[in-house]
Amino acid sequence: MNKSTIALIVLVIGLILLPFIQDSRSILILMTQIFILGVFAMSYNLLLGYTGIISFGHAMFFGIGAYSIGLIMRYYEPTYLYFLFAVVTTLILTAIVSYLVGLLTLRLHSHFFAMFTFAIAGLFLVAAEKWRSLTLGNDGITFKIPDFFKDRVIFYLLSLGLLVLAYLFFRRFTQSPFGKVLQAIRENEKRVESLGYRVFHYKIIANVISGMIAGLAGIFYAVSLRFVNTSVFSTEITLDALMMTIIGGVGTLFGPILGSAIVQFAQYSLMDLAKVHWIFERWVILFGIIYIVVVMFFPSGIVGTVKTWFTRRNKQILGKKKPEGKKSMESSKADAMKNILKGEVDG
Amino acid sequence: MSLLKVHNIDTNIDQYHILQGVSFEANQGEVTVLLGRNGAGKTTTLRSIMGLNPVRSGTISFKNKEIQTMATHNIANEGIGYVPEDQRIFSGLTVEENLKVAMKKKDEQTQKRFEYVLVLFPDLKKLLYKKGGYLSGGQKQMLSIARAYVNNCELLLIDEPSKGLAPIIVEKVMESILDMKDKTTVVLVEQNFIMASSIGDKFYILDDGKTVRNGKMRELKEDEALRRQYLGIA
Repeated sequence: MNKSTIALIVLVIGLILLPFIQDSRSILILMTQIFILGVFAMSYNLLLGYTGIISFGHAMFFGIGAYSIGLIMRYYEPTYLYFLFAVVTTLILTAIVSYLVGLLTLRLHSHFFAMFTFAIAGLFLVAAEKWRSLTLGNDGITFKIPDFFKDRVIFYLLSLGLLVLAYLFFRRFTQSPFGKVLQAIRENEKRVESLGYRVFHYKIIANVISGMIAGLAGIFYAVSLRFVNTSVFSTEITLDALMMTIIGGVGTLFGPILGSAIVQFAQYSLMDLAKVHWIFERWVILFGIIYIVVVMFFPSGIVGTVKTWFTRRNKQILGKKKPEGKKSMESSKADAMKNILKGEVDG
Repeated sequence: MSLLKVHNIDTNIDQYHILQGVSFEANQGEVTVLLGRNGAGKTTTLRSIMGLNPVRSGTISFKNKEIQTMATHNIANEGIGYVPEDQRIFSGLTVEENLKVAMKKKDEQTQKRFEYVLVLFPDLKKLLYKKGGYLSGGQKQMLSIARAYVNNCELLLIDEPSKGLAPIIVEKVMESILDMKDKTTVVLVEQNFIMASSIGDKFYILDDGKTVRNGKMRELKEDEALRRQYLGIA
């Protein structure tokens, strides 16, 4: 067992014990949000970080999950059976939608794909707003949940469980031969095709898996609020996932979780600062500045930058001089991301 | 026996008419070298064979099967490996992962190819668990060739393997191609005439997107006037 695995196990044990050693309700709610949005960001990272797909419509899967549980709990009964039904419905719906969206859009180059997904997510938002008889439009729907989930500590532990399971799943998945092909696609799509892979199929499967996990995060998000409205389909939700992934570290497993923690903590503390000085009422601007600083000075995200530091330090310790003209892994990854953003198609 | 037949292909890249009638044949077990000045269309020819720059007209037959309308992945699955000129390997994957990604079949034959490339490029064996991004230019080139070869290829298209490499590395790469010659057919694009002439069996000279001359490599070695006319070298 390596050091990082031990550190993660210690961290998880610490998080399990957290609700029993401190009783702040707001911290518990905040942590639960971090776990749920961490899962959502990880699902986004599978697309952006591991496959090189930029989506501006990832919120549609999150929203499908949130509305599935909301509608089923409201119009049927808040029982465990219906909860399970909502989970299955979400998985099926997100799989179908992500497959169809992928089929329609994944042949397009990155910018067009991003715009297309943005438009499709917009359609879901409009449908949720206009189909008032079912969704109550922007007013949203409140719903009851099974008693078991009402206990904040239990729900906190369940969300942590979801995060751990998602982490283990993504670790296994990204280390599998399939995951390695996805990483190769991220670096050079044409080169992977030249090796005989039908890249389009791989991208669709990544899109489907990512969509299904985002749907699960949406279910937990809605259950945590016991309320859902059209904001779950908004671009802000996708941008949050993008921000969490970029701040934490694109293409790293732990990065999106760390990004989720930073974004949520920053929002929480910056909002509190509004009481100190009026300028902090505009906390979104401050948050934007933090985001710009991170993107400018840590293009590989926090986890990526820390990895680079460790690699350099280890090299210095070993007294091995870095061969001329070589880039660090993280800067290579950053280069790959730049190419994706530029839409560069290279043979 | 002719393994690859390229007949009178025309290829456009955007509005530019790059290939305007390229024809050549590659025989089994031989190294066929495409020569020509910069911009003659050598790289585009290889990319057209792989379907990366689709041809507008003409035919490309591999093992007597026309492949010019096939998608890139299907062309690769027919048994054509491609080593592009920029040595770009998957830098986020280890050397082993780079090779494993290319090993689509999990049969004994593929495993043998894997073992063979590690014998052929001992540097790669030493660096098996190192990420591709940390390799030197020469090591990347070796990995790029090895990656194309392990993928069950009967024909290897290699684009300027000596580009940007130190002479000692060029020699190593050259030796490896010579070694592979017994196992696979090679179509080589090369500016370095010394390298090309020492491993090539026959040559085709491309000029302005057309095949202008061809023959045995030893004939070109002896024909200084031809070299000067089309390659600018004595």
